[in-house]
Amino acid sequence: MKKLVVVGNGMAGVACVEHILQQPHEFDITIFGDETHANYNRILLSMVLAGEKSAEDIVLNDVEWYRSNGIQARLGVRIEQIDRSERVAIDSEGCATRFDKLILATGSSAFIPPIAGVDKKNVHVFRTLDDARELIAKARQGSKAVVIGGGLLGLEAARGLQLRGCEVSVVHLMDTLMERQLDATGGGFLQRKIESLGIRVFLPKHTQALLGNGRVEGLRFASGEEIDAELVVIAAGIKPNVELGRKAGLEVRRGIVVNDYMQTSDPDIFAVGECTEHRGQTFGLVAPLMEQGQVLAAAITGNAGRVFTGTAPAAKLKIMGVEIFSAGSIDESEPGLETVRYEDPALGIYKKLLLKDNRLRGVILVGDTSDERRYTQWLRDDTDLAPHRKHLLFPPPAADAGLEVAEMPDSEVICGCNGVRKGAIIQAIHQHGIKTLDQLKERTRASSSCGSCTGLCQQLLRAVAPEFQEKTRTTLCACVPFSYEQLREIVRGQQLKSVQEVLNVYGNRKGCEVCKPALSYMLDMIWCGGHDEDRSARFINDRVHANIQKDGSFSVVPRMRGGVTSPAELRRIADVAEKYNVRMVKVTGSQRIDLLGVKKADLPRVWADLGMPSGQAYTKGVRMVKTCVGTEFCRFGVQDSTRAGIELERRLENLFTPHKVKMGAVGCPRNCAEATVKDIGMVGQEGSWQVVVGGAAGKSVRKADLLITVETTAEALEACELFFQYYRENANYLERTYDFVERLGIETIRKATVYAPETEKNWLLERLQRSKAIAKDAWMERDAPVHPTQFVPIHAIGQMETLEAKR
Amino acid sequence: MSESNWTPITRTENIPAHEGRSVQIGGLELAIFNLGDRFVTIENQCPHKGGPLCDGIVSGAEVVCPLHGWRFDLNTGLAVRASLAACVTTFPTRVADGIVLVDAGRGRRIEPEAAVA
Ligand code: SRM
Ligand SMILES: Cc1cc2nc3c(=O)[nH]c(=O)nc-3n(C[C@H](O)[C@H](O)[C@H](O)COP(=O)(O)OP(=O)(O)OC[C@H]3O[C@@H](n4cnc5c(N)ncnc54)[C@H](O)[C@@H]3O)c2cc1C
Ligand code: SF4
Ligand code: FES
Repeated sequence: MKKLVVVGNGMAGVACVEHILQQPHEFDITIFGDETHANYNRILLSMVLAGEKSAEDIVLNDVEWYRSNGIQARLGVRIEQIDRSERVAIDSEGCATRFDKLILATGSSAFIPPIAGVDKKNVHVFRTLDDARELIAKARQGSKAVVIGGGLLGLEAARGLQLRGCEVSVVHLMDTLMERQLDATGGGFLQRKIESLGIRVFLPKHTQALLGNGRVEGLRFASGEEIDAELVVIAAGIKPNVELGRKAGLEVRRGIVVNDYMQTSDPDIFAVGECTEHRGQTFGLVAPLMEQGQVLAAAITGNAGRVFTGTAPAAKLKIMGVEIFSAGSIDESEPGLETVRYEDPALGIYKKLLLKDNRLRGVILVGDTSDERRYTQWLRDDTDLAPHRKHLLFPPPAADAGLEVAEMPDSEVICGCNGVRKGAIIQAIHQHGIKTLDQLKERTRASSSCGSCTGLCQQLLRAVAPEFQEKTRTTLCACVPFSYEQLREIVRGQQLKSVQEVLNVYGNRKGCEVCKPALSYMLDMIWCGGHDEDRSARFINDRVHANIQKDGSFSVVPRMRGGVTSPAELRRIADVAEKYNVRMVKVTGSQRIDLLGVKKADLPRVWADLGMPSGQAYTKGVRMVKTCVGTEFCRFGVQDSTRAGIELERRLENLFTPHKVKMGAVGCPRNCAEATVKDIGMVGQEGSWQVVVGGAAGKSVRKADLLITVETTAEALEACELFFQYYRENANYLERTYDFVERLGIETIRKATVYAPETEKNWLLERLQRSKAIAKDAWMERDAPVHPTQFVPIHAIGQMETLEAKR
Repeated sequence: MSESNWTPITRTENIPAHEGRSVQIGGLELAIFNLGDRFVTIENQCPHKGGPLCDGIVSGAEVVCPLHGWRFDLNTGLAVRASLAACVTTFPTRVADGIVLVDAGRGRRIEPEAAVA
């Protein structure tokens, strides 16, 4: 076996090894990486900083991957020297590793401009996971952070720090932001958008010195102006790591020089990634590096065929809500160029295409990047645009949504991050019987990085996979166009505490009757009541804790646990009904009593006179547990369903849920309280309980699925609690359990609840307890209204005066 | 044109931001909304089945009827979906010395046909 040594455990090096593994090869592979982490997705560090992803989320290949592929991973070990005559790589511990072939994948480092004082404390760069962690540790609420550099990386770092609570400024040397990707107009649009997020922008500003005594305290610009800073991030560019190659005597200019097969000046030594220079070009984005890796893998395994010809640069800003895309050459000085542009300052949309001889040369999109893929394709294929001239900026409406993928050639790259072509995806789908997007990601890596090709992958799956299982990612509504999962991540990661905050940052600022209540629920659930409760975001029922009727009056359903009441309670109900002229008193379908037709202004007094807690009949919350008489009275009863049902209701009452939760407990399988068509049901059997979930007898009728059978009442109650909390945390708003259980499948739910490891179960129960600890009977607002006019009607001052005058 | 006749209604803080409250002036039942930066007034009855518009969720400068979800532009009083030929009357509203004032005598009604034409 021949020895292959790879120096650099980053994105390009490991991607290249993955391609080698897919070919027949005879290598015994060792990878050295001076970072201590297994291979991760550097691109997503911005999202880690912003709190949108965790370190675990961005792992590309975990330790098990190295093991199962027979690769020796030497993590935290740096190669210091390469001895070409002895064919050994010498590491930081002084050990020599022999090689037959070597790949340099050392990437690049942050470029630190010559500014006085860059060695002060709290001055950082942003390149590695460790950098991200340090920044997270130092970013404090309200502290002043300054990012030097207004390029892609600088802006992403700035937004990340801002979402961590810092007051952020960006200082840029040039006249406009992202000047390498945008023209002056585009840069201006971007600047306004960035400023509207609350980030200050200083331009053009040459930073002359970092001030402070040991610890950084500010910046001084060449103009003499000074600004405060407690934390500084330098994002002023990158420089390829070429030292190792230079010392080894390889040809090095700005990068390590490689030919079209990614070979350096030594035929046994290859290089890939940001450390390379190909035909005078160096690199700073992953798409071309993935292509390099494929070419290198073919060449080093003796299958050289394809050559690397360089790729037109394409860049996209990864800040949610700030859409920026730029590709190709944006240099307008070339003679014979035509420009086509569109500007809508109010919407912040700017599009510009540079054409030459009816071919696309470059594209800039600000504010709306939905057509990014069309332009990338035109650039790559050098498409003759004569037939498309009328639709350059706005595509003709597509007749068939699947057409886009159907029209692509097999050689078209779908996932730019990982260089996965349409043909390869189709092959994988057939070969491995892929059914879901997750399986596709696992097999091909397509859509596993930045995610911008997810839609296309989904289209392909839909068109090709015989058993495609769509994971429905319903977006909440047009006001906040994100899925529930995404929103939960956003709210948690970015510590958003009020509906208006979510709408301001991720939505249209207004919100509507669909998203406002949904977001209210989500915030309450995630922050366990520690959110800013905003009643204007709630449906009227949840503002006054009663159910609005067709005439604008309200109905009142007090809690009557397990459907059990008492003579004293019935007397009070009767008195209240008379005193407030209740139009109808009715036994409900849920084993309790409804007082219909109560005026809003009377609600607080009605509740006080009843002296019973709210039955939550008006809200998305815990309704009731219907019970039967069970062992106490029934000659067939084998479990004490009345007592168990009352206990279940006590444990869960006053909690809110994605949709209403109705429960039942019955003493034997005769099922007199219909527990098997409830959201959660307990069905008594001789010596055991069956816990069933996802039942319904409303708009749809569905028999509940068996969650688990357990011996004791305590275990049965716990199973109910586990399912209940899991539903609260994972269902979409307004998704009843009958849809939730069908969507996830009962097996998944069992694994996540009753069959979950003890620790996970305990966490679920603990979170439930935390919610329960702060849950209150909403009707107590009768004594402490959230607003003086919550129930009390407004009388016009002017009218009162005239009344008085008349008297 | 009738003369203006501003009726002082209530202190601004009695109507929370992005919520509405109903009030009787003479024989009229009005819904006054606090849009955060200003107050607006419309008649309280939904033209569909009389729903209390003051109890609706406010979405920007629109309100959604709590009964069946019809939606009205609070500036014009017109139902938002143009296919729905419905409207409510709007009333001039202003704030002085922390008091909301409404001119109930100068209600304005844009009949939807006129708007479409
Ligand atoms: C009062 C009551 C009928 C009665 O007189 O018995 C009732 C009344 C209403 N039900 Fe119900 N449901 C009542 C028991 C039921 C039951 C029976 C039960 O709970 O065992 C069901 C079938 C079980 C279920 O929920 O699946 C039931 C299935 C529905 C549905 C259909 C839900 C579904 O997804 O299938 C709705 C509409 C909805 O939620 O979207 C609904 C909605 C309503 C609303 C809230 C309509 C509305 O949005 O305003 C009604 C309020 C009327 C009012 O003005 O107060 N009601 N409703 C019952 C109150 C129970 C209680 O004490 O809390
Ligand atoms: C925050 C951030 C956001 C980005 N966003 C995007 C984006 O949106 N789109 C995009 O296309 N690109 C983006 N990039 C750039 C992209 O991450 C890089 O182009 C890519 O990671 C380069 O891959 P590489 O393997 O060449 O280098 P790296 O991923 O840096 O890997 C090189 C590895 O080699 C190690 N190493 C170096 N010298 C030695 C040695 N002597 N011995 C042992 N190990 C050594 C380094 O520590 C490093 O781990 C982003 C980069 C950052 C930092
Ligand atoms: S079945 Fe329920 S929703 Fe329908 S009219 Fe009766 S109470 Fe209302
Ligand atoms: S009463 Fe307003 S929408 Fe029906």
